[in-house]
Amino acid sequence: MSTPGPNPAVADGGTPAPLQAGPGHSPWDDAVLAAVLMTIDPVGTGGVALRALPGPVRDQWLSIMRDLQPEGTPMRRIPLHVADGRLLGGLDLAATLNAGRPVAEKGLLVEADGGVVELAMAERIAPGTAARLNMAFDSGEVVLERDGLAMRTPSRFAVVALDEGVGEDEGLLNALLDRLAFHLELNYVRYDQAIACNYDVEDVLAARPRLPGVTITDTQVETLCNIALALGIPSLRASIFASRVACAHAALEERTEVTDEDLAVAGRLVLAPRATQLPPMEPPPDAEPPPPEPEEPNQDEEQSNQEPQEPQELQDKILDATKAAIPAGLLAQLQMGKLRRSRARATGKAGAVQNAPSRGRPAGVLRGEPRAGQRLNVIETLRSAAPWQRIRREERARAGKPSNRLEIRQDDFRITRFKHKSESTTIFVVDASGSSALHRLAEAKGAVELLLADCYVRRDQVALVAFRGQGAEVLLPPTRSLVRAKRSLAGLPGGGGTPLASGIDLGMMLADGVQRRGGTPVLIVMTDGRANVARDGTGGRTRANEEALAAARAVRSLEIPALVIDTSPRPQPQGRELAKEMGAVYLPLPHADANALNQAVRATAG
Amino acid sequence: MPIPFPFSAVVAQEEMKRSLLMAAIDPSIGGVLVFGDRGTGKSTAIRGLAALLPKMRAVDCTYNCDPEAGDDYLCQECRTKKAEKGSLKSRQVPVPVVDLPLGATEDRVIGALDLERALTKGEKAFEPGLLARAHRGFLYIDEVNLLEDHLVDSLLDVAASGQNLVEREGLSVRHPARFVLVGSGNPEEGELRPQLQDRFGLSVEVKTPTDLPTRMKVVRLRDEFERDPEAFVEKWKAKDAKVSRQIQKAKKLLPEVEVPDRTLEETAKLCIKLGTDGLRGELTVIRSARALAALQGDKTVTVDHVKTIAVSALRHRLRRDPLDESGSTSRVERAIKELFGE
Repeated sequence: MSTPGPNPAVADGGTPAPLQAGPGHSPWDDAVLAAVLMTIDPVGTGGVALRALPGPVRDQWLSIMRDLQPEGTPMRRIPLHVADGRLLGGLDLAATLNAGRPVAEKGLLVEADGGVVELAMAERIAPGTAARLNMAFDSGEVVLERDGLAMRTPSRFAVVALDEGVGEDEGLLNALLDRLAFHLELNYVRYDQAIACNYDVEDVLAARPRLPGVTITDTQVETLCNIALALGIPSLRASIFASRVACAHAALEERTEVTDEDLAVAGRLVLAPRATQLPPMEPPPDAEPPPPEPEEPNQDEEQSNQEPQEPQELQDKILDATKAAIPAGLLAQLQMGKLRRSRARATGKAGAVQNAPSRGRPAGVLRGEPRAGQRLNVIETLRSAAPWQRIRREERARAGKPSNRLEIRQDDFRITRFKHKSESTTIFVVDASGSSALHRLAEAKGAVELLLADCYVRRDQVALVAFRGQGAEVLLPPTRSLVRAKRSLAGLPGGGGTPLASGIDLGMMLADGVQRRGGTPVLIVMTDGRANVARDGTGGRTRANEEALAAARAVRSLEIPALVIDTSPRPQPQGRELAKEMGAVYLPLPHADANALNQAVRATAG
Repeated sequence: MPIPFPFSAVVAQEEMKRSLLMAAIDPSIGGVLVFGDRGTGKSTAIRGLAALLPKMRAVDCTYNCDPEAGDDYLCQECRTKKAEKGSLKSRQVPVPVVDLPLGATEDRVIGALDLERALTKGEKAFEPGLLARAHRGFLYIDEVNLLEDHLVDSLLDVAASGQNLVEREGLSVRHPARFVLVGSGNPEEGELRPQLQDRFGLSVEVKTPTDLPTRMKVVRLRDEFERDPEAFVEKWKAKDAKVSRQIQKAKKLLPEVEVPDRTLEETAKLCIKLGTDGLRGELTVIRSARALAALQGDKTVTVDHVKTIAVSALRHRLRRDPLDESGSTSRVERAIKELFGE
C-alpha cells in the first residue's frame, strides 16, 4: 500500500473512504498504536473517535484497548440515552429517604475519573450530552448544580466514542470530534487483519513515568503547526494533540527527545484524518523564516544540543508521511475540487445529528401537572416530595389528622419533557436553472435565512436542495445553525437546464428521512414548472415533464405537506398541475421578496 | 479544583481579553458574549480572569451585599440590620465567578428549599442558588446556546430586574442578583435566542489564529502548562498581577472619566447610520468606551475609543439583513470608516 492514489469508485459514491496508512503501516496497526498512545496519555489526547460498525473487528480493538488499561483503571460505558442525573450525578432518592438527609449519587463521569469512558452510538448523542462531556473535558472536573446539590468533583478521562455512522451525513458532533486526538476508521479492516497487538499493559506502565521528561523542540512544534496549516486544519487543538502524541510515542519508544519518527506518527494519526485540503505544492511563504522567539517568559530550549534539521526538509518529510495517510477517498475529492463535500465530512455533521431521533427522547424534567398528554415522572415527583415528608406529617398531626402515608402535593408534580416533539423541517427545493436563477436564488436564500432567524423560537430546521444542469444536490442538510446555512448559501451556483424530477426526488428523500426520524417535513418547491432535463441527465421536455409529475405523485403518496411556489413572471399551467399532482398548495409569486416568501412558508408549515 | 490557565498567558484574541477586562471595570456594560471557533481559548480566558479580579467589600451575609448599596439592592437580612444599626459591617472578599453548568436544574439556579434542613430538622428554609452566588460578580455560561429554554427564561428576567424572585415549594423569597453575564459558545451548534443575545453588552467573535508564530506559541504554552500547571502559573504570576492592578486602577479612575459632547454626537451618528434598535446600543458604546479610556488611563473619552469598541458593542444589535452577504462585523466597520475616515 505504497501509493494511495485517488479511488474514484469510492469518492463518487459518498461512502466513507477506507483508511489508508502510510507505507508499512496498516490501518489496523495504527489503530492499535492509537489505543496504546491514548492509554499512555489519556488526558493529553482526549481519546479516540472510532468509526466502525459493530462487529468482530471493533470488538477486537475494544478488547485490546481494555487489556491495555492498567489494573484498577475505571471503565464506564455511557449509553445513548443517559439521563443528566446519571451522567453528572444527583440526589440518590433511595439513600436520601433511608438516611433522612440528602445523599448524593456519583455520576458516570466522576466514576470514570482517571479512566476511560466508552460512548455508545456516539453519532447520535444529543448535543446537550456532548456539551456536558466537553465541559468536563475542558475543566477537568464535573460541576454539579442539581437537585439541591452543588459539587465540584475532579474528573479526567479519555473517551472512546463509538461512531456507527454510515455515509457522510452521520458522524460525531464537531465539538466532540475536535476534542479527541485520534480519529480512526475500522470499517475497511478485514477481520483476519485484526489480530496483532505488539504492546501490552507493561509497555504502558513503563512509558507513563517517562512521558513528563520527554522534550519537543520549537522546530518540531513548528513543523506540526505548519503541516496543520498546510492541510487546512483550522482547530488549534489538532496541533496541540499532535505534539502530545509525538511525546507519548517517544515515551513508548523509550526516548526522552522527540524524533522524526514520533512526528511522523503524530502526523499520521492526528493530522491526516483531519485534512480538509491538499498541501500547496510550494511551501507557504510565511513558513520560510524561522519563527520569532516567543517574547514571553523564555523557555530554556538550549539544552537540546542536537544539530537541528533544516525545518523545511523535516517538514517535507513528515508532510509526505502524513499525506500518505490521508484517506484515499478524501484525497480524490480534494483533487476533484469538491472541497465543500469533504469539509462537511471532515468536520462532522452537527446539523444531522441534532436531527437525530426526535420522538420520545426525554429532555429533562419540569414542574407541572400531568395533563394534555404530559407524562408524570413518578421518580422525580417522589424526589421532590421526599424532603417535605417530615414537615407535612407534622402539619397534619397539628391539624389533628395524623397519618403515615406519603404526602404528595400538587407542587411536587414533575413531568417529563420530550424534545423536538413536533419539530418540523422545512426543505426548500429550488430551481437554480436558467436566466432567472440568480434572482430566484437570492430570494430563496433570503427566505431560508429569515426562517432560520426565528427558528430558535419555532424549533425548526431548514434544508436546501438546488437543481440545475444535470441533476440536484443537497446544498444544506437539515440544520438550525444560521452560520452553517450562510456558509453553504454563499456558494450557491445558478444556470443550466431544469432537472425538476431529480430535484423533487432529492427533496422527497430528505423529507422521508425526516419523517422516519419522527419529525415533520414540509417541502417547498420553487420553480416555474418547466422541466427539460430527465432523471438520467438527458434533455427532452416531454419525458422530463412526465418524470416530474411522477415524482410529484410520489410526494403525495408519502403524505408530505408541500407548497409549490410558481416563480415564473406569469403563472403557468405547468406549475399548477405540478402542485395538483403533489397534493400541494399552489402559490403563484411572480415578484416575491424574501419576506413574502417567508410568510407564505410559515402559513404552510403552520 | 483544577488550576486555571493564567489569563495573561492566553495568546492573541485581544478583542476578547479587552472586552472581559472592560466588563470587569464597569459591570453596567452588561457582560460579554464570546462566540466563535472551537479551541480558541474562550473558556480558558474567562476562567483565567476569575483568578485576577481585585477583591471587593461585602457584608457578611448570604448574598455578599454591597455595604454602600441602597435599600433596594440589599437582601432582607441586611435591610433589617441597616435599619437597626444605621450601617453595615463589611470585609474584603473575592469577586465571585460562578459557573452555570449545562445540566443544572432550576432549583440550583434560582434557589429552592434547603433539602438538608428540610430532611433533618423538618424546617422550611431557602437555599440560595447560583444567581445568588453570582451577585456582584460574574455568571459564566459555557455553551450558552445550548442552555435549556426554561433556564434562559429565568435568567432573562433576573438579568433585567437585578432581583431574583422565588415563588416555589411554598417559599417566597426576593433577593438582589446583579451580575455580569459572560457566555461563550460556537454558533455552529445552534443559534442564541435573540432576547438573550441582546442582554449581552459586548459580543466578541473569536477566530482561530492562522499565522504560524501565534499558533506555535499557543501549542507551546499549552504544552508547558499541561506538564506542570503549578510552575507555569508561578511563572506568569507577575504578569497576571499587573493585569489585576490595571483593573483596579481603571475602576478607580472610571468615575472621573468624562465623555465630551462631541464623542456623544459621533456615537449617536454611528448608531443612527447602522439603525440599531433603541438606545441600548448607544449606551453600551458610551459605557464601554469609557471603560476602555479608564483601562488605558485616559480621563477623556475620544472618538478613537469609540472606534475601538464599536464593533464589539454593536455587531450583535444590528437587524438581520438576509440579502447582505457581509456579516454584521463588516457592516459596523464600514460605517465607522464612512463616518470617521481611516
